[in-house]
Amino acid sequence: MSAQDVLVLAESRGDALADVTFELLAAGRELARATGGEVLAVVLGPGGAAHAPALAVADRIIAVDDPRLAEYSPEPFASALREVVEAEQPRAVLIASTSIGWDVAPLLAARLDAPLATGCQEICLDGDGLMVTASFCGGKMLAECRVAASPAILMMLPGSYRPTDETGKGELEQRKPAAPLEPGAIAFEQWIYPEAGDVDITQQDVLVAVGRGIQQHDNVELAEELAQALGGAVCASRPVVDQGWLPATRQVGKSGMIVKPKLYLALGVSGAPEHQEGMKGAELIIAVNTDPKAPIFDVAHYGAEVDMLDLMPALSEAIAARKG
Amino acid sequence: MNIVVVVRQVPDLIEPLEIVPTGDALDLDTASFILNESDDHALEQALLLKEAGGGSVTVVALDFGDVDNTLYTAVAKGADRIVKIACDGDTPPAARDSAAVYAEAIKPLEVELVLVGVQAHDELDGGLSPFLAAALELPYVGVIRGVKAGDASGTITACKEFPGAVMARMSVKLPAVLGILGADQPPRYVPVSRIRGAMKTAQFEESAATLAAGELLLSVSRLYPPAPATRAEMLSGSEEEIAGRIAEILAEKGLVK
Repeated sequence: MSAQDVLVLAESRGDALADVTFELLAAGRELARATGGEVLAVVLGPGGAAHAPALAVADRIIAVDDPRLAEYSPEPFASALREVVEAEQPRAVLIASTSIGWDVAPLLAARLDAPLATGCQEICLDGDGLMVTASFCGGKMLAECRVAASPAILMMLPGSYRPTDETGKGELEQRKPAAPLEPGAIAFEQWIYPEAGDVDITQQDVLVAVGRGIQQHDNVELAEELAQALGGAVCASRPVVDQGWLPATRQVGKSGMIVKPKLYLALGVSGAPEHQEGMKGAELIIAVNTDPKAPIFDVAHYGAEVDMLDLMPALSEAIAARKG
Repeated sequence: MNIVVVVRQVPDLIEPLEIVPTGDALDLDTASFILNESDDHALEQALLLKEAGGGSVTVVALDFGDVDNTLYTAVAKGADRIVKIACDGDTPPAARDSAAVYAEAIKPLEVELVLVGVQAHDELDGGLSPFLAAALELPYVGVIRGVKAGDASGTITACKEFPGAVMARMSVKLPAVLGILGADQPPRYVPVSRIRGAMKTAQFEESAATLAAGELLLSVSRLYPPAPATRAEMLSGSEEEIAGRIAEILAEKGLVK
C-alpha cells in the first residue's frame, strides 16, 4: 500500500472483462510510472480471481468475493470498493464512465469526501496534485482541471487510452469484505435482453446513423430510403432513441451498441464522446453536420457541412444513379 | 407517491460557446440556456408515475438561466408545485455544492422519490444525482430508463441501462433517489397557450435553502475547444455535388455496386 498507487476498478461483463478495463490499466500504468507507485486492479464479485491472468498489467490484483456482488447493485459494490480504497489509500482511483461507474464513482467520492472528475481523457502528475484533461459540454470543449486531494476519483472516458502490453507483478490477493455487505434498498431482479426480431446493427456492413439533425420522426423515412439504397440499416444516437423514433436496439454508443461497419454515414450526429465510443471502429466514416465544430468531424474520414435533410434525398438519388 | 424532480439549466450546445478572457470558464453571458435533457426526462417520468398511481410532483430548481420558463412549462405539463432556490453569482455551483442546497430544500418536502437527470453536460465534478442522494442519506441508482410502481407497497421497479440495449431490472425500496437517463416515453409537448396559462396562475415557492461553496476539490485551470478536425477531409459544394462526391467515394471503395 502506498499513497502513490493507482487503483483501477476492473469491470466484468459476463465471463469477460470489459474492454475499457484494459484502457484504464494502461492509464494507471502511465500514471503509476510518474508517481512511483504500483497499479492495483480491483475486481468485485464471485470468480473475480479467474480474471487475474488478464489483469497482469497490474502489480496487484485484488479480487473481492461476496455473494452480494454476484449481480450488480449499487450499495454492495460501492461499499466493497470503499473498503479497498480505504485500506490501500491510493493516489487515484480510475473508474470507467459506464453504467456501473456512474453509480459507484460519485457514491465513493461522496462517502470519502474525495474529489471526483468526470469525462477524463488524460491524467498527469502536477506537483502534489493531478492534472486531468476532461471532455466538457458534449466534447465541444476540453477542460484542464487540477485535482488537489487524494484519493482522486477519476471517471475515464472509454477510448482515451490504448491498452498496453506492459506487465506488472500480477500478484493476486483474494479478499472477503471485513463486514458482511448490506444489500441496501436497491436490489437486482433480472436482466432484460432486447427482443429478437429487429435488425442487428452490429452485423451490418453499412449503417446510416441519424442524430438530432433528423428533427422529427417523419424524417426517419428519408434515412430508411437512403439505407435501403446503400443496402444497409438505419441506426441512431441516443436523443433519437429517447424520442422513441427508433428502438433501443438501433442505438449506437456507450449505452447502445458497439458497431464496426464498412461504412458509417453519420447524419446530423454531433459526435459526443459517448456516441464515438460505439462507432469509431468503423472502416469508413462520413459525417454530415451543419456545425463545423461538431466533434464527429474529429473521427470522420470525410465530412460535409450541409443539412442532412437536404443531402439525404440527393444522396439516395446519386446512389441510385450509380447503380443504374 | 410524492415525487420531487430537480431540473437544471445548461448551455445550449447548438449555440456557439464562448470562453471568458481568463480562459478558465464558459462565458455564460453569451450562452443561451435550455433545460438539461435528462432532467426533462426525469420530469416526464415523474408525471407518468403520478398519472399511473396518484400523488404529487414538485419541481425544484436553482434560480439560474431561463428557469422561470422551465418551471412554468413543468406546471403546464402537470407538475403541482414549483420551488426556486436563490442562486447568487454568475455561474451555477459545482454538482457537489448544488447537491447540498437541493438537499436542504428537499428535506422538508417529505418526499418518497427524487428524480434527477443522470448527467448534465456542464458538470465536471460528477453527477448531481448521486451527490444529492448522499446529502439526503438516501439510496441511489442511476442510468435509469423507465420506472414503474413496484409489486410491493413502498417500492418501485427501475430499469438500469447497460451496453447493448440490455437492461437490469432493479427493485427499489422508497424513499430513494434515481438518476434518470430516459423516461418510459419521450417528454410530452405542451402548447404555448398552456404555458402562458401557467404563468398567470402558478406561484413559485421560494426555498429558504442557501447555497454555500464547499471545499474546492477540483479547479479548472484552462478551458479550450479541441483542436480542429484533423482527420476529416471536408467535401464542399452544393448538396447535389457533395452527394455525387460521396457516391463516388463509396463506389471507389466497393460500397456501391
